[in-house]
Amino acid sequence: MRINCPLCGTRDRREFYYYGAEDYLDRPAPEAPAQAWDDYLHNRDNPAGVTRDLWYHDLGCSSWLVVTRNTVTHEILAVEAVADRKGGAA
Amino acid sequence: MRLEGKGLVDRGAPVSFTFDGRSYMGFAGDTLASALLANDVRLVGRSFKYHRPRGILTAGSEEPNALVEVVEGNQQTPNVRATVQEVFDGLVARSQNRFPSLSFDVMGVNDLLSPFFSAGFYYKTFMWPRPFWEKLYEPLIRRAAGLGRLSGRHDEAQYEKAWAFCDVLVIGSGPAGLMAALTAAQAGADVILAEEDARMGGRLLSENCRVDGQPGADWAEAVLDELRGMPNVRLMARTTVTGAYDDGTFGALERVGLHRAPAPHLPRECFWRIVAGQAVLAAGALERAVGFPDNDRPGIMLASAVRSYLHRYGVVAGQRVAVLANNDGARATARDLMAAGVKVVGILDTRPDASAVEDCPVYLNAQVTGTAGRTGLRSVSFRHAGGAAVLEVDLLAVSGGWNPTVHLTCHMNGRPLWREDIAAFVPSPGAVPRLTAAGACNGAFSTAGCLREGRDAALVALAALGRAASDVALPVAEDAPYAITPFWETPGVEGRQWLDFANDVTTKDVKLSAQENFRSVEHMKRYTTQGMAPDQGKNSNVAALAVLADATGRGIPQTGTTTFRPPFVPTSIAAMGAGGRGAGFAPQRFLTSDQASRDRGAPMIEAGLWYRPSYFPKPGEATWLESCNREVLMVRESVGVADVSTLGKIDIQGRDAARFLDLVYTNTFSTLPVGRVRYGLMLREDGHVLDDGTTARLGEQHYLMTTTTAAAGLVMRHLDFVHQAFCADWDVRFVSVTEGWAQFAVAGPKARELLATLLGEVPALPFMGVADVALGSVKGRLFRISFSGEEGYEIAVPTRHGEALFRDLLARAETMGGGPYGMEALNVLRIEKGFITHAEIHGRTTAFDIGMEKMVSAKKDCIGKAAAARPGMVGPEREQLVGLKATGAMTAGAHLFVPGERVHRETDQGYVTSVCWSPVMGAHLALGFLKNGRARHGERVRVVDHLRKIDVVAEVCDPVFHDREGVKLRA
Amino acid sequence: MRYSGLQVIKEGLFGNKGWKPAWRDPAPKAEYDAIIIGGGGHGLSTAYYLAKNHGMTNIAVLEKGYLGSGNIGRNTTIVRANYFLPGNSEFYSHSLKLWEGLELDLNYNVMHSQRGLINLFHSDGQRDAFARRGNMMINQGDDAILLDREGVREMLPFLDFEQTRFPIYGGLYHPRGGTARHDAVAWGYARGADRRGVDLIQNCEVTGIDVEGGRVTGVQTTRGAIKAKKVGIVVAGRSSQVAAMAGMRLPIESHILQAFVTEGLKPVIDHVISFGMGHFYISQSDKGGLVFGGDLDFYASYASRGNLPMVEHVMEAGMTLMPMIGRAKVLRSWGGIMDMSPDGSPIIDRTPVDGLFIDCGWNYGGFKAVPASGWCMAHLMATGESHPVAARFKLNRFATGHVIDEEGTGSQHNLH
Repeated sequence: MRINCPLCGTRDRREFYYYGAEDYLDRPAPEAPAQAWDDYLHNRDNPAGVTRDLWYHDLGCSSWLVVTRNTVTHEILAVEAVADRKGGAA
Repeated sequence: MRLEGKGLVDRGAPVSFTFDGRSYMGFAGDTLASALLANDVRLVGRSFKYHRPRGILTAGSEEPNALVEVVEGNQQTPNVRATVQEVFDGLVARSQNRFPSLSFDVMGVNDLLSPFFSAGFYYKTFMWPRPFWEKLYEPLIRRAAGLGRLSGRHDEAQYEKAWAFCDVLVIGSGPAGLMAALTAAQAGADVILAEEDARMGGRLLSENCRVDGQPGADWAEAVLDELRGMPNVRLMARTTVTGAYDDGTFGALERVGLHRAPAPHLPRECFWRIVAGQAVLAAGALERAVGFPDNDRPGIMLASAVRSYLHRYGVVAGQRVAVLANNDGARATARDLMAAGVKVVGILDTRPDASAVEDCPVYLNAQVTGTAGRTGLRSVSFRHAGGAAVLEVDLLAVSGGWNPTVHLTCHMNGRPLWREDIAAFVPSPGAVPRLTAAGACNGAFSTAGCLREGRDAALVALAALGRAASDVALPVAEDAPYAITPFWETPGVEGRQWLDFANDVTTKDVKLSAQENFRSVEHMKRYTTQGMAPDQGKNSNVAALAVLADATGRGIPQTGTTTFRPPFVPTSIAAMGAGGRGAGFAPQRFLTSDQASRDRGAPMIEAGLWYRPSYFPKPGEATWLESCNREVLMVRESVGVADVSTLGKIDIQGRDAARFLDLVYTNTFSTLPVGRVRYGLMLREDGHVLDDGTTARLGEQHYLMTTTTAAAGLVMRHLDFVHQAFCADWDVRFVSVTEGWAQFAVAGPKARELLATLLGEVPALPFMGVADVALGSVKGRLFRISFSGEEGYEIAVPTRHGEALFRDLLARAETMGGGPYGMEALNVLRIEKGFITHAEIHGRTTAFDIGMEKMVSAKKDCIGKAAAARPGMVGPEREQLVGLKATGAMTAGAHLFVPGERVHRETDQGYVTSVCWSPVMGAHLALGFLKNGRARHGERVRVVDHLRKIDVVAEVCDPVFHDREGVKLRA
Repeated sequence: MRYSGLQVIKEGLFGNKGWKPAWRDPAPKAEYDAIIIGGGGHGLSTAYYLAKNHGMTNIAVLEKGYLGSGNIGRNTTIVRANYFLPGNSEFYSHSLKLWEGLELDLNYNVMHSQRGLINLFHSDGQRDAFARRGNMMINQGDDAILLDREGVREMLPFLDFEQTRFPIYGGLYHPRGGTARHDAVAWGYARGADRRGVDLIQNCEVTGIDVEGGRVTGVQTTRGAIKAKKVGIVVAGRSSQVAAMAGMRLPIESHILQAFVTEGLKPVIDHVISFGMGHFYISQSDKGGLVFGGDLDFYASYASRGNLPMVEHVMEAGMTLMPMIGRAKVLRSWGGIMDMSPDGSPIIDRTPVDGLFIDCGWNYGGFKAVPASGWCMAHLMATGESHPVAARFKLNRFATGHVIDEEGTGSQHNLH
């Protein structure tokens, strides 16, 4: 498996650390109801198909990436840097 | 028998080898199999279950029978395929799975008991009495099972792993592969041509065929010469592509040193990771056997193998030969043998309507009803359109048709497609992205078809790569159609018909499986063990499937296939694990003080990837504890020096640095004055403690964070995530400077005095203060922090000065009655002071558990705050950090109970995490977690460690045993 | 038909013509008292114990492929009860007790082999963590012995004690741990359930779960609609998809775990051994193959296949720990789909839909749990109440913070 890091180019999977679903980006407000935090931390769509999840270019540029890929075929459809989203949730 | 003037072996290079202790001669270019056959050795192995005598069936890596042990000194390699192992001077091989000898094997009695060893018989018996399984039945089964034998000694040979990258990977160097490689290479693509065999050319080396008017082998050599001359082509012989993985990555096994005597530094094998833009699979096809009674005898060989031995090695494996086939192609075997002067006594064609015109007798509608010759074929009985007959033969060439080598196309879950016209599975197009199958592996069985498909597959690859096509002319070659009528087993005959030779699976087993309703192909495979032997089912899976289809009244496509999974050939653990042996398994990190510590005799212990000194023994100290006690008292009474550089150090800068720290720490750092240090607690987002450490404010927009040794990388990743995910627009940047600084703790009542001799003047630092210092021209930092409970400093200098500073500090300390202290003393000091480490913050503890819930600021959000407020994360039912004090020794890992209550999981009150003997307190101390522990100070608990026979009563107390008010720290 | 040595001989003498099908192939009925979705190890054992312990025989197991086609057919066959947190401790202890009587109960030789399991440790800290575990095992009534380095050397002299990157300090020995023949477990439960009247329906994929007024009423399948007032989802590996049919979003992420087997070799490893500083555990099957595995590939996947980085890591770990296996050749690798939960522990619970139950989240420890999982799921489906040994495996424990996290790695699904 090879991931096309927007900064470093295509690199082998072993340079990257996997975190989990993209859900981890949508941090609820501190006072959000417990259900929102449960969904944020635990519950997942977990699709058998296209998903978006978070990878860290650990042995590269330290970028966190959102990878759009297929969990059945392992095809990678898109890679973008997390930081390029509009941040500042906290 | 070797035929004069035939074959591609080097007659000028004879080699001597032994098999089962007997010496034989072969030639360079021989495999062990061809050399044994040249010496008329036909019996080479015993089967797995029935210990049937077995010979050589094939001429390739799919060989199920001829598995031998190759011996090198006191090391041996089991289950080596004689058809792959090349002979060399001094090669020592021996047969396997027999006792006392290959020709007389007492376990052959199993063959007589075969009616009771039907498929899955072991699921139905050996159940009673229960304890007999481990004591009697299983040991007997285990001893009988298995083929080869490992030596039991460390494999100390060399292995390698490597990467390769190319535009086009061509797998296989037969006509299709050569054309693909040539076409791609002439277009300028970077090409790797990988060939399993020692010699490139594929079937062209084994057939009497012509390409462009010249012998196939000559044409192959001409193409190879051209390829060798091209800088963009890499030819990799003896390299089997073992697996297809994601995004054009392939695994490949190169036999680097297996074809010659072992030499120091020469790897035996190299495991390649090949990353290819495009791939052409030109892996050819494997001939399949035919089912008939006792079809497994030595002397029964695949027809293609007979031709390989004849043309490639100049060897004929018998004097009187018959050919049994269900297709036209196998006729060539008879013709080639006759042309070489070998007696062919008949062609047994299973088809009623095939041509009867040959230069030898042809029997149509022929079915073999039996064979004779226990350790070597003597005769074949058969019936045919004209009656029944027996032929005295010592070699029966068999062809049941061909199975395209589709395996790699199944590695990514592709299912092959059944083609009725060739009675075989072919690759499903696109089954492996960016891979095109060509030639025989794609169901094209004529030489011309292979050449054409090879070229076309390369053109597909070039187009996908965006490269202009090259103009390679197609050579002329035979283009005969492939005429086959499937014939899987012989109907209406007694006796066992083997499918899986190596695992001894017969057609009866498959039928029994169906009879017992193991009708799914996966059930059949698992119930009978069909296809699970070292040949991985290459010789028999399709036939077994056909027999199952027949037994269950379904067609082959409806029956489906089992999945081929990597590796394509048996691949050694050592090759895939190359580099992992010994210290190679993980990087080693050494402190700048490493040598200085070793010089003082300190045992170095692993701390994550680091090595740290355990203690510094002095003359006269007999145990680690004596040294440790001395070091503890030394710190408490004078001064000690310890290297603490393993702690993670993260330099954080920017206008929003303070705000950022407030988000990642539970407590507040924006209020920390410049020049001061604060202890910080960090949570995971799920509310449990992630890490702790001190962070210094070096400037208005500049902090230096310290993490624990274990969590250094984890915290860095966490910070990157929080920053990039939640506040990428904040002005804050950070970088790990762990390896940039060497840092030493100087602790004890004389710490300041020691530093004064070093620095001249020690900055007047309050407890938890930080200042820049100069050591001559070297700029350093001085922190007044303490992990020991004594007045303590940590002095940091750029790493290159670390060793010098450490040696200097030790020398100064020793003049004052101090010296170095190691991990053991450091641990005692921190336990006495109630400081936690990852023994306590082990991933399941909350700020509440360790009594730090007040450090979670109510005034601001932080990572983990919301989840830490879940009802299960706080409360009296949770185990809370306590100190334990006892007169007897305690152990970490012991559990806590109320004295007098029964000891059981249900009455468990907690557990011990850290223990020490405190030479200062004169008591055994421990930290641990106790249910509702903070409310139970003063109570007594029973500390029970069944494993180490500890059962003592301890007093529950505050975890800070030493200097609770912190007077010494602030001195 | 009862299986015995005598029967094997009798049948052998008469050409093995008399063996009967191990189970029937019934057509689905229009309605059952209960339906179990999933014919893997857990589903089959649930059916078996529903029939045996609770007298519920008008039930069906619906399997989309063939019986035992999920992780029961692709694991490293390890059976153990070596947990240390309340919840897991009592559950796996119960499971091991069921294993110990399984052959005689099922009249099927699942080859449960209590050859002993040794978890190696490589530092004082690891030793202490294993001591905590071992003591809990004994507190629970199970067995554990702490071996020092010499003790390990005596049992496993072939390990590399001299050169390995992480020296062996000792091991936690669990004598009652071991292995079993994985497929046989599925087949034994299937045959046992079938003999008690349970309909095992293969090639029957559930495509919908019918819910009316908050109650389950049945399922839609590729072989028609089937009614039932009780439905159990027991489909680890596909839990999220099936639960979604009832509108549920589970705390599960699916991951690939690879495993490997070598060619058959004469006996060389007599125990189950696990390495403490890398992802590697190994045993030798009765057929002689070295069966070993490592950790997840770490990325969410349903592909049932993995990639080279973990393959190589596992082999490297094997080479640093026991270089004598270097010349054994791997024949097959495979990947199973793991239901990874946020704390590494499973879920056996009611769902928000009345009559709908779920058994999922086995991470990569599901094989050894097969007997107790079925036992407890059957209890739950029959009585509506959690079995005492599975009472902590609640679906809502993540929301409430009552997690059971043996690894201590927190709410990141792939770290358990």
